[in-house]
Amino acid sequence: MGAQLRVYKRRIRSVTATKKITKAMEMIAASRVVKAQRKVAASAPYATELTRAVTAVGTGSNTKHPLTTEAQNPARAAVLLLTSDRGLAGAFNSNSIKAAEQLTARLERDGKQVDTYIVGRRGVAHYNFRERKVAESWTGFTDEPSYADAKRVAAPLIEAIEKETADGGVDELHIVYTEFVSMMTQTALDARLLPLRLDEVAAEAAPKGEILPLYDFEPSAEDVLDALLPRYVESRIYNALLQSAASKHAATRRAMKSATDNAGELINTLSRLANAARQAEITQEISEIVGGASALADATAGSDR
Amino acid sequence: MAAELHVELVAADRQVWSGEATLVVARTTSGDIGVMPGHQPLLGVLESGPVTIRTSDGGTVVAAVHGGFVSFADNKLSLLAEVAELSDEIDVQRAEQELERAKAEDDDEAKRRADVRLRAATAAR
Repeated sequence: MGAQLRVYKRRIRSVTATKKITKAMEMIAASRVVKAQRKVAASAPYATELTRAVTAVGTGSNTKHPLTTEAQNPARAAVLLLTSDRGLAGAFNSNSIKAAEQLTARLERDGKQVDTYIVGRRGVAHYNFRERKVAESWTGFTDEPSYADAKRVAAPLIEAIEKETADGGVDELHIVYTEFVSMMTQTALDARLLPLRLDEVAAEAAPKGEILPLYDFEPSAEDVLDALLPRYVESRIYNALLQSAASKHAATRRAMKSATDNAGELINTLSRLANAARQAEITQEISEIVGGASALADATAGSDR
Repeated sequence: MAAELHVELVAADRQVWSGEATLVVARTTSGDIGVMPGHQPLLGVLESGPVTIRTSDGGTVVAAVHGGFVSFADNKLSLLAEVAELSDEIDVQRAEQELERAKAEDDDEAKRRADVRLRAATAAR
């Protein structure tokens, strides 16, 4: 076998192995998307009921709460960025990081100081490499986040928002996550969690303009709101974590699918090249034999005369 | 047919129980509260404790609920809990072990959680 042909054969073998791996990763991601989607759906009843309850307290009473009132001159804002622990997901992480950077730039233009909180190793690595300050970060659960993880993430954020701005607290809380629209579409977007825009929440809870009943609060509207709002933030963060996880798996699936397709194409091209190389080798051998034979024939023909 | 109310018991990550009931007893921060059909709209903060649901077919469902809310309107009662377990999902042995451990480590919160689980499990028997 010629040297060139051997090289092609070797490359085909290695690409075939890679293709097998990417194909397996694609299938794993596909099954994980379904699982993650199911989790998103399972968390929906709690989120809907909680939103309804928040709206009920917010609109049904004239309670003022630090988590619903806008500061007059917001000076500091917290941004929570959700990325994944692992790559191989196409533009998933760079999209959400880009969205976070745009949001940060916008907030800074408005004269706010931004504290960044990050979930996911990819985001942490991005910020550390650029030596940017990260207030706090969490890693290790982005593939399958649990409610306890959401609580852990939410705790310091709620603490920061309840603190006075002068003591290092923040006035606003933004979250950047990747919304799972469909298997093919996932969009990185930012949302302001706090202070709460009650009219927006109300529109979400009662889209048909239904009127919420006048509730009796037990023990009191303030206490209910006090207990309700942190849970609301936790549930929103939980939902965002789940959606990001589903989006990440969908992005992985897509990236791995195109990698598998590319590998197939590469194998085709390489096989054609290998075939051509083999044919060239044969042609050369034949022409060598023919050439040799005719040289011999010429030589013997000359000696005869 | 007796008047009924619709109950949804939801935990943060799943729906635990839903169905029709005639009476629901839950523990709020200011004491136990019983909700029957036609109750005034209510929104309350729940304590860790057992929730008893008397279903319309005469049965009783007991669940251990750790923190959350109860809201009632239009004959629909929603129990929102971060963690909720039905009594038949509770592993009594494990809860007992946890209680022992919590006592040994002097962890008040874990002690209360295990205690609520045990109470819910025994109340259903």
